[in-house]
Amino acid sequence: MSEPLVSLENVRFAYGERTILRDISLSIPRGKVVAIMGGSGCGKTTLLRLIGGQERAVGGRVLVDGQDVAKLGRDKLYAMRRRMGMLFQFGALFTDISVFDNVAFPLREHTDLPPELINDLVLMKLHAVGLRGAARLMPGELSGGMARRVALARTIALDPMLLMYDEPFTGLDPISLGVIGQLIRRLNDALGASSVIVTHDIQESLQIVDYIYFISEGRVVAEGTPEDIRKTSDPFVHQFVHAEADGPVPFHYPAGDYATALVGGPA
Amino acid sequence: MGGVFRKLGSMAIDMVWQLGFIARFFWLILYYSGQSFTRLRLTIRELYFSGVLSLLIILVSGLFVGLVLGLQGYEILQRYGSTDAMGTMVALSLLRELGPVVAGLLFASRAGSAVTAEIGLMKVTEQLKAMDMMAVSPIARVVAPRFWGGVVSMPLLAAMFSAMGIFGGWLIGVVFIGVDNGAFWSQMQAAVDFRYDVLNGVIKSCAFGVAVALIAVFEGYDCVPTAEGVSRAITRTVVSSALAILALDFVMTSFMFRGL
Ligand SMILES: Nc1ncnc2c1ncn2[C@@H]1O[C@H](COP(=O)(O)OP(=O)(O)OP(=O)(O)O)[C@@H](O)[C@H]1O
Ligand SMILES: [Mg+2]
Repeated sequence: MSEPLVSLENVRFAYGERTILRDISLSIPRGKVVAIMGGSGCGKTTLLRLIGGQERAVGGRVLVDGQDVAKLGRDKLYAMRRRMGMLFQFGALFTDISVFDNVAFPLREHTDLPPELINDLVLMKLHAVGLRGAARLMPGELSGGMARRVALARTIALDPMLLMYDEPFTGLDPISLGVIGQLIRRLNDALGASSVIVTHDIQESLQIVDYIYFISEGRVVAEGTPEDIRKTSDPFVHQFVHAEADGPVPFHYPAGDYATALVGGPA
Repeated sequence: MGGVFRKLGSMAIDMVWQLGFIARFFWLILYYSGQSFTRLRLTIRELYFSGVLSLLIILVSGLFVGLVLGLQGYEILQRYGSTDAMGTMVALSLLRELGPVVAGLLFASRAGSAVTAEIGLMKVTEQLKAMDMMAVSPIARVVAPRFWGGVVSMPLLAAMFSAMGIFGGWLIGVVFIGVDNGAFWSQMQAAVDFRYDVLNGVIKSCAFGVAVALIAVFEGYDCVPTAEGVSRAITRTVVSSALAILALDFVMTSFMFRGL
């Protein structure tokens, strides 16, 4: 119980020349829900990719259940991914099969369950996200928020040990948002799993998570439990909680001087 | 001047890389092919999309090519007073060359482009990444079935193209112009050798099938994941397939039909 399920030790990552993550150390303890926050483009999705083994860190180590993800061979990596669920930022539903088949996909691929049982499991998962009635629709017939909820159902289909949600709350109305938030919490506790939520929704996160990390410019700049975060006077956190445009978290993607660019013509 | 050499050099290096990627990709497809045969339903689905849905264009084009061959063939053979050989001429041109080549070109633009578009769009919408994250190899699940669907349908389509073409030639020659029906078929039967003509044509169409299917799945899988990237990949599929078919055809013809 002591050793965390996921831990990142001084992870550095770059896309080609551009360094995205400079020095990230964080851990996701077993049984906990951890939120990762940070400005748009600061590398949150990239962080999840590193944990899932889709990208490899340039420096440092990413440990999942004691194993260095970057050193795993193909088969071991796949074995590990079977116990992970990742909700993609844009859903990534398979557009050529129905909602039902999307949720059934991981079950059919990785288990030998009889069709009746798969049917029941899929309907249960869809019911949990409020979309049992949409089982026969095609992904193209869903709204953005519905598609994300179906993707959520697919993510949890195999009852994984590690759940990663990339912005699960975007595009949801306040009612679904609350329900999905609670669902993420309850699932985590019922499965004895661990969860990472990448999100911008600080108010919702403060309700459901156990720990929060703030990332900026490739580093963890603040962290703490929801109580710490509410009380803190840390400028980063303050800017986030109060949604201020000016502060330590830059709103702009790195660029040259604005006035020069306007006066001087094309850069 | 130095710039030109630098460009040439970097182009050459890029091409070698590209070839390496394709070879590795081909190997992976073969490696995962076992899975696409154990899950036959997936492959049959692709066979339907690539093969069955291309039938109409293949049959219609085959018919027209046969009609034209009939007209031209009659006109030429008439000069030598050997219109009885019309069946032979139509059959040999179709079985040896036109069947595999024209069917291959049509197949690349009808089915190859569709496969590239489909895989490319799956890449754009992160479906391939999501699948990979679910511990299901996209090469086994998406690429290999489409590859085999193409490889199997191509020779069948080429055969149907040739059959339809011969029918077209017969229609023009025998029904409209009045060449002797018996001579048409018996000359063809006597002159067309199964191993030399038919089998070599089948070998060609199989090779074209592998080339087109590999190019189509590779371009889709390798595309830049944007709308523009997919559209470029589709264009590349059609162009590279056409070039590959024509180049392969020349090489294979020069080995198969030297007549020396
Ligand atoms: N495939 C890629 N190639 C090159 N650069 C990339 C690639 N993917 C992302 N990036 C860059 O990496 C940075 C981090 O991207 P990432 O998607 O991780 O951001 P994010 O924190 O998830 O942002 P958001 O909150 O908007 O989803 C971005 O600045 C982006 O420009
Ligand atoms: Mg993101």
